[in-house]
Amino acid sequence: MTTVRIAGADLTRFGSTPERTGRDLFAEAALGAREAAGISREEFDELTYGNFMGELAERQGHQGPIMAEAAGLDCPATRYEEACASAGVAVRAAVSAIRSGRADVVLAGGMERMTNQETEDTTEFLAIAADELYEVRAGMTFPGAYALMQRAYVQEFGGEREDFAHVAVKNHDHALPNEYAQYRSAITVEDHLDAPMISDPVGLYDSCPITDGAAALVLCSDEYAEEHAIDAPVAITGTGQGGDKMALQDRTHLNRTPATDRAAAEAYADAGITPDDVAAVEVHDCFTVAEVLALESLGFYEPGEAVSAARDGETTKEGSLPVNLSGGLKAKGHPVGATGASQIVEMNRLLTGTHPNSEYVDGGVGVTHNAGGTVASAVVHVLEVVA
Amino acid sequence: MRSKPRDDGYDDLLDAAEAGEAYYLACENGHGSLPPRRSCPHCGSPELSEEPLPESGTVETYTTTQIAAPSFSAKTPYMTAVADFGPVRVTGIVRADPEEISVGMRVGLAVGRNTMTGNRMLTFHPR
Ligand SMILES: [Zn+2]
Repeated sequence: MTTVRIAGADLTRFGSTPERTGRDLFAEAALGAREAAGISREEFDELTYGNFMGELAERQGHQGPIMAEAAGLDCPATRYEEACASAGVAVRAAVSAIRSGRADVVLAGGMERMTNQETEDTTEFLAIAADELYEVRAGMTFPGAYALMQRAYVQEFGGEREDFAHVAVKNHDHALPNEYAQYRSAITVEDHLDAPMISDPVGLYDSCPITDGAAALVLCSDEYAEEHAIDAPVAITGTGQGGDKMALQDRTHLNRTPATDRAAAEAYADAGITPDDVAAVEVHDCFTVAEVLALESLGFYEPGEAVSAARDGETTKEGSLPVNLSGGLKAKGHPVGATGASQIVEMNRLLTGTHPNSEYVDGGVGVTHNAGGTVASAVVHVLEVVA
Repeated sequence: MRSKPRDDGYDDLLDAAEAGEAYYLACENGHGSLPPRRSCPHCGSPELSEEPLPESGTVETYTTTQIAAPSFSAKTPYMTAVADFGPVRVTGIVRADPEEISVGMRVGLAVGRNTMTGNRMLTFHPR
């Protein structure tokens, strides 16, 4: 099977830019990735693009062709929607297209525009990633859903609010040198504990911000890279996707994420690696408990064991397994439909030594984990330095 | 004003719950789920029968929401819980004082209305 290489990658600065349109944001990332790859427009076979709330935020459906135009491309373009995992599935689709032999060069990415409406409207839009009849009508918001999971986690396994605070403190610390991050400010455990509650026990500092941004990757086949002498030292060597019941009430456990278990098992087997081989990981920490659940499902910790990982220094930049060296969704920001691609862009930078936190990556294998909703969907990718 | 179309299955359950006759769907393999369903979400069986929901459940997890979406903004703070009713879990709004709620609390089921949207939803009451 052909190896899929990352020929170019770019992202916008994440943050609040309500005046910028979605097509402007995506164009910036896409043109940046294309320039880095140095591949001309005729060579692109497809665009795979992730976006979640475009109909609501911009009254714009059918965004695939719009974004192909924005990226300066003339090729088939498809939008993928899987809540916050939209760009993860878009990248996975690009990998599949190249591996199947259907495509040699694919632009994969995502965009979300979120700050051009009131926060409470964005809250409503995000909530549609939950089950409308049984969850949204019972007042479930996105933070509320993770609050239900956090309380169920603590009820069974233990854990203090301070443990969750350390996850947030760590990710803010990691974002400090990252020029693309929304928040480049340190926070303390006390700041976290003193912050107001959003949906008890999820507080303001357990939660990722509302973010505008876009990310894009130029992926190509090994053969294409060789033929055209393209410098692409990092490959996506594994991809996996898992699903679960949509509503929390229908799941076997309220405090585990089997969709990630399944995505990870598939991606590890695909790449022929184990969790022990991984030097750095970018996980979907839309809330602090989400990072904890992800690390357990990705096989780095047993269920109930990851809650103290940040507090114990194991997942900090100096730790044995640095987690979210980009700052994560918590501090780098979470433009939902762009996040999965942005994690891969950041991991590519980390592995190629071009990220300000690259010095903390001890090895050539990185993993990214992108989750949709309350992890009814999960996508995991393995990146490796291959030459 | 045009009345909202019924949500097939879901509104039937709410009607039944209002009459004190809430039910769940059981498949031939003993799995439970709430309507609307055409097949069991756990095993895919299309053979579903309506069975009476247990009178009470226990709260497994809950949250008190301070910052809500527009459809609940006048209701804050409010509590949402997931309760175990044996064959199924149910998500609902808890009609209790915030100091009163705890994991393991026994609750009964009723139907409430969100006055902001007109939508009905399942509610829990301490019992
Ligand atoms: Zn069944």
